[in-house]
Amino acid sequence: MKAIAEGLFTDETPARLIGGKDRETGRIVFPCPTASTYEPVPLASEGTLWSYTVQRFRPKSPPYAGPEAFAPWVVAYVELPGQVIVEARLNDVAFEDVKVGMPVRFAPSPLNPDLSDSPYIPAYVPAGGAA
Amino acid sequence: MSGDVCIVGIGIHRFGRTDGLSGVDQGVYAVREALADAGVEWPQVQFAYGSSDAAGNPDSMVDRLGLTGVQFINVRNGCAAGGSALFSAQMAIKSGEFDLGLAVGFDKHPRGAFNALPSEYNLPDWYGEVGQMVTTQFFAAKIMRYMSLFGISQKTLGMVSEKAFRNAVHAPHAWRRQPVSLEEILEAPLVSDPYTKYMFCSPAEGGVALILASEKKARELGKPLIRLKAATMRTRPPASFEVFAPSVDVVADDTRPRGTASRIASADAYRLAGIGPGDIDVAQLQDTEAGAELMHMAENGFCADGEQEQWLAEGRTEINGALPVNTDGGCLACGEPIGASGLRQVYENVVQLRGDGGGRQVPNSPKTAYSHVYGAPGVSAVTILER
Repeated sequence: MKAIAEGLFTDETPARLIGGKDRETGRIVFPCPTASTYEPVPLASEGTLWSYTVQRFRPKSPPYAGPEAFAPWVVAYVELPGQVIVEARLNDVAFEDVKVGMPVRFAPSPLNPDLSDSPYIPAYVPAGGAA
Repeated sequence: MSGDVCIVGIGIHRFGRTDGLSGVDQGVYAVREALADAGVEWPQVQFAYGSSDAAGNPDSMVDRLGLTGVQFINVRNGCAAGGSALFSAQMAIKSGEFDLGLAVGFDKHPRGAFNALPSEYNLPDWYGEVGQMVTTQFFAAKIMRYMSLFGISQKTLGMVSEKAFRNAVHAPHAWRRQPVSLEEILEAPLVSDPYTKYMFCSPAEGGVALILASEKKARELGKPLIRLKAATMRTRPPASFEVFAPSVDVVADDTRPRGTASRIASADAYRLAGIGPGDIDVAQLQDTEAGAELMHMAENGFCADGEQEQWLAEGRTEINGALPVNTDGGCLACGEPIGASGLRQVYENVVQLRGDGGGRQVPNSPKTAYSHVYGAPGVSAVTILER
């Protein structure tokens, strides 16, 4: 699995997102800034849905680098308790079943599922019995 | 300087799409209209602040208006550009340095959604490659969170849009002037849930000009005194939720709305004007999406979070309601030429305070008027007018 950018995911299996912890204040942000004042830290694998929407049209290219064929997806903001809220996709769920507060788990997905070597992007799926 | 800064002249070029006219052309049109309205000539104008985001340098209009050597400063400040131009213009008069000046804003954006690139916002390229460099996603996620906390329904979002198009029927400067039924608004294709296509404004074109004067000068001109009691521009506090944010801070109590630039700009404007939200007779609130108008009703102190559902049901923000909001249809009906949008709100407020609103005139001679803009990356500008 190749991440869409360096420094986004940990090398372990399953991978985790990498955030940046401000060495002075302890504030965590995502992605990890390149500045030396931030220390890379793995983010929690599980969290809850803070908010969401559905992307219903194909974003303009550039900058969008996804496949020409478009299918709507869920844009999620996921709260990782005590750490940070991150923006990513939410997969494997019917749009009408998405609810603020639902538990989700980190599961990167390919930007273009039809390509065997597609880069992977930050994504979540419903966790536990919520699906 | 003694007394208030007053608005003595207003001009506008119709919003929407005007093929064949550049953004600067539309700005010049608005300036000429404002000069005529104030009864002054261009050589009398001592200074100008001009705002444009995508349509060129405002000061280039001097070769059209006259090469008088006038001081002309360009302002770029995102969605607060017009408000920033107005703030700067009033400070120039308050300082005592000048007594007659211009604030002008115009823009002309390409069709379709704003197309931003990650590098322009100090973001990594992958953020755009995965399809997250899309403003509508943020605005939709923001209202989705708000709806889940405060019980706002999608129907109420639709009622905001319905009101906008209904009010715009009577606003000659508006873009979309045909009423649209609530049913059609709600059943239209979703752009980004919960918003249908009628619940987002579009980038557009237009120009607005305001002539400002010291109170002494305004009296000499014999104009009705429309006093600018407050003009504030503020930036965001910590932990706010803004457009193009790959991450958002966690907070201890997340059941209340977060701090915003709007709340800061609003509180300061009330303090400067010495009045409160209950004293406002008419308000123009940033409504780039239907839910923005609802959230901004609360952020500007007009109602508590969650009361909007009842306010709309009771028609309290209609032209004849307790607090008419967006009397010319706002951004939803006028579109958003960024450099001009905040000044349009002030233009509309002057129209209302003068009693010139025609079919959209707020009854009972309003005496106070409020305007508010908000935008990326967490900026807000507020004005309060009194007559």
